[in-house]
This record gives sequence, C-alpha cells and structure tokens, in this order.
Amino acid sequence: MVRFTSVGLRYAPPAGSSDPGMGHDVLSDLNFELPTGSFHWLLGPSGAGKSSLLKLMQLAQRPTRGDMEVLGVVTSRAARRDLPALRRRIGVVFQDFRLLPHLSAFDNIALPLRIAGRAELALRADVTEMLRWVGLEPKAESLPLELSGGEQQRIAIARAVVMRPALLLADEPTGNLDAVQSRRVLSLLQEMHRMGTTVVVATHSETLVNAYPGPALRLADGRLES
Amino acid sequence: MSGTGKFTVSRWANRRPVLRRGRGRDPLGLRQALPGLLLPAVALAMTLLAALALGGAFGARALAQRWQEGAAAAVTVQLPDMDPARVARTLAALRELPDLVEARPMDQARLAALLRPWLGDIPALPLPSILELRFDPLPENPEGLALRILSVVPGATVETQGVWVARLVALATRVQQTALGAVVLVLLLAVAVVAVGIRAGLSARQDVITILHDLGATDGDIANRFAGRVALLSALGALAGLLVAVPALLLFSGMAGSLLGRLPVTRLAELPWRALPWPFLAALPVAVAALGWATAAVTVRGWLKRLP
Repeated sequence: MVRFTSVGLRYAPPAGSSDPGMGHDVLSDLNFELPTGSFHWLLGPSGAGKSSLLKLMQLAQRPTRGDMEVLGVVTSRAARRDLPALRRRIGVVFQDFRLLPHLSAFDNIALPLRIAGRAELALRADVTEMLRWVGLEPKAESLPLELSGGEQQRIAIARAVVMRPALLLADEPTGNLDAVQSRRVLSLLQEMHRMGTTVVVATHSETLVNAYPGPALRLADGRLES
Repeated sequence: MSGTGKFTVSRWANRRPVLRRGRGRDPLGLRQALPGLLLPAVALAMTLLAALALGGAFGARALAQRWQEGAAAAVTVQLPDMDPARVARTLAALRELPDLVEARPMDQARLAALLRPWLGDIPALPLPSILELRFDPLPENPEGLALRILSVVPGATVETQGVWVARLVALATRVQQTALGAVVLVLLLAVAVVAVGIRAGLSARQDVITILHDLGATDGDIANRFAGRVALLSALGALAGLLVAVPALLLFSGMAGSLLGRLPVTRLAELPWRALPWPFLAALPVAVAALGWATAAVTVRGWLKRLP
C-alpha cells in the first residue's frame, strides 16, 4: 500500500542562492492511498509533477512536508539506512530507460539480483526467464546501444520486475515507442498487475489511457485534481 | 510473450546486500572511472619515496647506533711505554675521573688488527699501550677532559674524538626523525591524491551510482566497490614501487657500509641484504593498499550522503 498525507515537495534553491524562497514547490498537499495490488494511471500535462511524485514513491526523493507510507514503512520518518531494503521491493521503469551502457542486457537485468546478494548460479535462471518474458532472450549479450528503443524499454521493464517487486512504477514507459511497442510494454505492465503487484504508470497520453482504462491520479501544477 | 505467472514478492529483497563479483562484476564501470594506470603510478611513486625515506631513517639509526658504540670508547690514552706496573697505576688514577664507567687496556690482538692496514703483519713490532675509557654520559668538554687526563698521566697522548661522534650521532638522529616525518608526509600526500582521484571517478560515474542507489544498493556496497578497486590498484603500484626501491636502498646501504669500514661490494651475495628493514618494507604495500581502501571508502561514503 502507498499512502500520502499532506505531502509536499520543494526543491532546494539553485546553488549560490542565499534566499531559501528561491526554491519552489513542485508538489503540494497530496493526499491519496493506493491499495495493495491496484493499478493506477498518473496523469497530467508536462511539468505537472508526475516525475517528482514517482521519485517520492521510489524513494529517490524525500518529501519536505507531510507523511508518506510506502509498503508499510513511513518513509518520511524512516532512517536513511533502512531505505535501501525498501527500494529493493520497488521496481522502476524510467522514460529514458537508465540502463548501464557498459553492461549487457543480461547483466543489466541481473543488477538488482546482484545488489540483493543473489548467487550467480541462482540468478541465471531468473534473468533468463525475464529475457524470455520480454521476448529478448537472443539479445542477452547485446549492449544497450545495440538494441532498439523498444528493446531497451523491455530490458528496463525486465530489470524493474526481476526482483518481483511489490510496487512497480513506470514513468512515461511508452514515451519513445511506436504503437506496436507501446502495446507490448503496456501488456507487460498489466501482466505484473494481474500477478498482484501495485502498479503506477505515469503518462501524458490520454490515448493510452483510453485504450487501457483504469483509475487515475490527475496532477495539475503539483496538486491532485479531485 | 510468455509470462510465467509465478511472481511473488522477492525473498531476496531483505537479504544483506552484496554486489557480487563475476559477470557484470564491474557494474560501476570502475575500470573506466578509475583507470588502471594513474593510481598505480601514484602508488608507485609514493611507495618509492616512502621506502627511500624509511631506508634513510633506518640507515641513519644504524649509523647513530654504530657511532654511539664507538663513542663509548671515545677517549683513548696512549702511554709512552708498556710497563705493566705503570699501566696499572695509570688505570687506578683514571678510575677516579667523574662519569667514567670503564677503563681498560686495549686488547693487543685488536690493536694489531687495527694497525695492520698501515703497518702490515710484523709480529716483532712493539705496540704501544692504549687505554680505552668509556664515559656515560659522553663528556661535554672533551678538551677539558683531555687536559685533566694529562695532569693525571703526564706524557700520555689523549684522543677525544667523542665530541665529534656525539655530534654525528645527534645529526643522524635528526636525519632519522626527518626521514620518518617524510614517510608520514608522503602517506598524507598519497591520501590527498587518492581522494582527488576518487572524486574524479565519482563525478565520471555519477549517473551509474545514482542508478545503483535507486536499485537499492547501500552506501557500503558502492563504497566497498570503489575501495576494493583502489586498494587493488594501490597494492600493485606499491609492489612495483618496492621493486624499484629495494635495489636503490641496497646501493645506498652499500655506500654507507664503507663509512662503517666494510669492504667494497664485488658480488651480489655481498650486498647488505640484511641491513634493510625488510618487515617495514614488506608492510609498505599493505599499508598503501589499506590507506587507499580507507581513503576511498570514506570519500565515497561522504559523497553518497548527498543522495536520499
């Protein structure tokens, strides 16, 4: 479950600025709850704060106000040392993929398992299964630069779900893809939802939402629209 | 698409994290961020300097000890004849001198050996009587002491090289302290250089580190990766530095040996192998690697604090 109570986020003022007022609120007074195993769209125009909200949920950012609970942990009050274990239960698909360019597709997918201390022999089966799931088993040894945008996005999804996360976040996962690849990526995300994962997908594409209707959080100027 | 339909929340999520070695064993791309030449070169130079300084320190200490031993017999009194009764009377009179700890005739065989380079081996040659006097502490005014001895033993010849020995010992001690200070300075410099190198590596790998952090890597995971790479490169460089330093130290030690009356070295086996401070030299690569590891770990952990 994810619960936000009066959460706000203000980025620090630019370096060199002595006026703390120079920072600006990107998110204000957010109150919502995502039940375990739910699927939600996160909608809003560019600059509405979708990526910032996802950053809060993936613990890449701490809120400046309010209480935030993610997977049973009140993260706004949690110690910094407790967050890595929680992050390993959250899968994230980034719009720009964020694959490591010097690692093969296999090693990119294996990264979360290696971080979690999984033995090499044991992780091989899981990574191979993921490659098969996203239809890229023959590209296991390819570097990201040798893959198309759609293939990179599927590797990014495989990396995000290889740990069987309890919460899966996707930021504009179809933003750089054609219609065929977009449908394929959405199918993967919905499959994760059917398996019980809480899924949040940020997009500014109403077309996509119309094709796959579901409950939505709508952001405008950093605030949730009712 | 062939989904397996068997996903559950991973049992691995709460295990103690360790970035494994092996395939993708360099997720941080440290081979590019911390290239394999710069750090070993720095470690080589630093180890070479530290080893030379260490060798200098130990060499100075050995010289000081040797001179100090010699200085224990700093004052010699040469009697004009070998009359045993006179020698005994003179010794009894000399034993009244303040700070004298020992007064004895020099062994004739030793005296013959000392004179052999100049006089050759002439058994029939009559040798003078020489009395060795040892003082503790060494006399501050050797000239005054010589006059006092002459008043006790008229006609004797008094040598008071002790004052020079004492001055040389003081100088050697200062050299030793300065050399040890240089070792500390070199190690501090190494820490600073490694820290700068690490910061450059962190800047080069900022994106990758952020991704690993977001995937749940702990500060310790990332810091240990950097530290391990730095320790390995530092140890390799330090070993190379030691290989360069040892011949130089042997050469210097051989040259210093001539100051102590050793014969010139003509064969490899005659090199003063045992004169080098081997335990300390052997500890240098370990110390440099440990210092590199600690510097990297502290620097990276400090840098990571900026991430949530």
